[in-house]
Amino acid sequence: MSEPEMTFKNAASMGLSEDEWGLILKRLKRTPNLCELGIFSAMWSEHCSYKSSKKWLKTLPVDGPQVIEGPGENAGAVDIGDGLAAIFKIESHNHPSYIEPYQGAATGVGGILRDVFTMGARPMALLNALRFGAADHEKTKHLLGGVVSGIGGYGNCIGIPTVGGEVNFDASYNGNILVNAMAVGLANSDRIFRSAATGPGNPVIYVGAKTGRDGIHGATMASAEFSDETESKRPTVQVGDPFTGKLLMEACLELMASDSVLSIQDMGAAGLTSSSVEMASKGGLGMEIDLDLVPAREEGMSAYELMLSESQERMLMVLKPDATQTAREIFDKWDLDFMPIGQVTETGRLVLLKDGVTACDIPLDPLVDDAPEYDRPQAEFVPHPVIESNTITSGAPISNILMQLLGTVDLASRRWIYEQYDSQVMADTLQGPGGDAGLIRVHGSQRGLAMSTDCTPRYVEADPRTGGAQAVAESYRNICAVGARPLAITNNLNFGNPEKPEIMTQMAQSVVGMGEAALALDTPVVSGNVSLYNETDGRAIRPCPVVGMVGVIDDIANAVRIAPTASGQTLMVIGQDKSCNDGWLGASLYARHLAGEPQAAPPPVRLDSERRTGEFLQAQIGAGNIIAAHDVSDGGLAVTIAEMCMAAGLGATIASPDGGNAHGWAFGEDQGRYVIATDNAEALIDAAKTAGVSICVLGMISATDELKFGEGDAISVVNMKTSVEAIIPALMNG
Amino acid sequence: MMSLTSMRIAILVFPGSNCDRDMMVAIERLTGRRPSLVWHKESSLDTIDLAIIPGGFSFGDYLRCGALAARAPVIDAVLDHAARGGAVMGVCNGFQVLLETGLLPGVLVQNAGLKYICRNVTVDVCDTIDSPFTQNLETGTRLTMPVAHNEGNYFASEDELARLNDNGQIAFRYKDGPAHGPANPNGSSLNIAGIVSANGRVMGMMPHPERAISPELGGSDGATFLQGCLEALAS
Repeated sequence: MSEPEMTFKNAASMGLSEDEWGLILKRLKRTPNLCELGIFSAMWSEHCSYKSSKKWLKTLPVDGPQVIEGPGENAGAVDIGDGLAAIFKIESHNHPSYIEPYQGAATGVGGILRDVFTMGARPMALLNALRFGAADHEKTKHLLGGVVSGIGGYGNCIGIPTVGGEVNFDASYNGNILVNAMAVGLANSDRIFRSAATGPGNPVIYVGAKTGRDGIHGATMASAEFSDETESKRPTVQVGDPFTGKLLMEACLELMASDSVLSIQDMGAAGLTSSSVEMASKGGLGMEIDLDLVPAREEGMSAYELMLSESQERMLMVLKPDATQTAREIFDKWDLDFMPIGQVTETGRLVLLKDGVTACDIPLDPLVDDAPEYDRPQAEFVPHPVIESNTITSGAPISNILMQLLGTVDLASRRWIYEQYDSQVMADTLQGPGGDAGLIRVHGSQRGLAMSTDCTPRYVEADPRTGGAQAVAESYRNICAVGARPLAITNNLNFGNPEKPEIMTQMAQSVVGMGEAALALDTPVVSGNVSLYNETDGRAIRPCPVVGMVGVIDDIANAVRIAPTASGQTLMVIGQDKSCNDGWLGASLYARHLAGEPQAAPPPVRLDSERRTGEFLQAQIGAGNIIAAHDVSDGGLAVTIAEMCMAAGLGATIASPDGGNAHGWAFGEDQGRYVIATDNAEALIDAAKTAGVSICVLGMISATDELKFGEGDAISVVNMKTSVEAIIPALMNG
Repeated sequence: MMSLTSMRIAILVFPGSNCDRDMMVAIERLTGRRPSLVWHKESSLDTIDLAIIPGGFSFGDYLRCGALAARAPVIDAVLDHAARGGAVMGVCNGFQVLLETGLLPGVLVQNAGLKYICRNVTVDVCDTIDSPFTQNLETGTRLTMPVAHNEGNYFASEDELARLNDNGQIAFRYKDGPAHGPANPNGSSLNIAGIVSANGRVMGMMPHPERAISPELGGSDGATFLQGCLEALAS
């Protein structure tokens, strides 16, 4: 059957622009066939090429003595001591999860796990960052239920604990939810595997599940806006099989423990296309593949379908020529396909055979190096005004406002969600979801890894540069709050259509802010992912550049959690002086729920004091002067204290602020602060003075059920807890 | 009495098992000797004092939880071991496998909440028949251990339940405790969290003792339980 000649129309249907089509013709000096065009469109999709974001990603700090592997590999790697590396990355599965929430989320988890074990690391923990539409939107219940069940479905089965994450709700995500999954693994620093193909003539091996027609052109779908037609794209959503994923993980790790693998790459977005192109191109070599040898699930698959399928649980690797038999035996043991499908060549070309004839013969350079890179125009950003607290506050008692805020889905307990995740399998979880950071033990040692995912989209929208920095700072605080030392970050940039100047501003400026914070806090970016075109019918999501951070604690016996342990312990706030008494309510949850969410500047992030405060906290936790710590974030001091009381099942007596605006003091979201519980208030005050860190006494933990803010303003801890625990179950069961 | 170090313990490993290592670590910590991991394709077992079927998703939980694992070659060896009066313990998916083999009665169906659930639960040690799995625990002892499952809702006919109850084969029942949420996490009949066979030598339970072996992991009641079993089997 002869195939019709490709035209721009075909290219456009695959998401390529007219200029890009012209560039392909020029580079190829002929018209591509369907398979070749599919390969170009996948590699040049936003998802694979980062063509709109690359210019800005290059500005991020990526170096540091702790960095073993920066961006560019399947995942980043940092040194955690003892010859071990933490290997981690975050990745989005937004578009598929909206179309088919269970499979979209499940394959998001499967994909990020493959990225980590491809590097030779055994995955140790999973986290996620989720955004759903308004709680009362008709689709939210279905999407939340499906996504949570999908994340659990994959992670629980493959046996990696989900130890943290964040979930938020906002109407801007009604038609475009965000599902970002992060995986953290451990490897010996000198046994990290990379993807660059080596050694012309070496065999190229396909392992794992068979290739079917699912997910064809998923990367291209993820690079386009949603419209009413999107739901007809359900067939492009991949289907996950965590059982096969588990077998593949065990087989790969077993094989990697032998001396057989030269390079390895998982088949994620754009499947066989991106894996073969990236391996060959990174090695400066070529690759020849006989597509008739690819294990297929369905009969009669074309070259185009085989190359663009995003069937899950597959890997491509280059083996040492004499290792094939050893490798085959391992994959036989795990009942997985193992098939030599080609070889590394010196040609610099990707050559594909199908039915004995050449189905594709294209040079690799244009696919990767000549991929388009755009400096898209930005709109001028008009800063939102700074709002004085007293223009939006009332005289209502603090307890009254606190109960109202705790009654919103923004501050509701996430228990209904995280109890569907196995947070303890592998038996090294020291703190699962519900604390500031997830904390796992490095198996067999006293060392621990802390990890967190964070972003506050309303800040990013109000001021992208500050919001980008704040995402890093908040993650930093979460790591410090358990007593760990922050090491590095991975990021997931979720934005709307970058061809719109105002969206481009959001992305570019938030990356600038993120870079400034990463540099100042010494947490370089070692991996990441970009998800653009998060729009439905022309309306963009609130910008959501998620940060995932990993830190290390040398002795897990020193780690602290958010719950004070006994009455009489002093509650103090670190990083706050009397200037916070008026409180920063602009872009706060208070403004969102009680003042109609006026356009307002978010609280500034002061990176020098952020780091000073964070290092002070780490040192004091290490010295045993702190019993519990909780960073101050959404909802301010009052919510932070309430959460600590609820975690402890104890009350507290808090002194009223000395002047200033009471609501601003209680609910302001000034940055860089932590509430701590201590038995050593005086020692802490002295140490803070020496360190140049501000600290104030807030009050004392009491053996009562009352959280009291001054005289006559009290709230029952049991009632608060009952309220926050009831919200999401009511939403899901209602 | 033999020492715990000289005990021979085998942990069965199926494709999809994911608590095998955790159980191995817990047992090694208590006995000082690493138990052997036995691949499901093995058709015989060396002489052992205890066979453990760990948690996980054997064969992906496809068809029915535990159904495919119960037909693996190694299970014939386990059945022979049990027929000789050998001790067998199944945790979570291992409990499901034991029900599928017929070594224990009843079935585990989907949780009443229709969702996977992972959290700490408290169980009450019941007045049971003579069994190495409970003999070192006083009746009424409360143990807090995690559960993590989607199919932990124990179900049997009224007659079977009455028989289990009357024979003293109910080892653990969910009970109100310090953990959050309702005492019975999954709707199990008679709040059953674990049962033993009529001769007391085979035990199945949903809670994961291997995850509760030190205070920093959230508790050590799992170690208390396992230690009691091991000492009873060694005596």
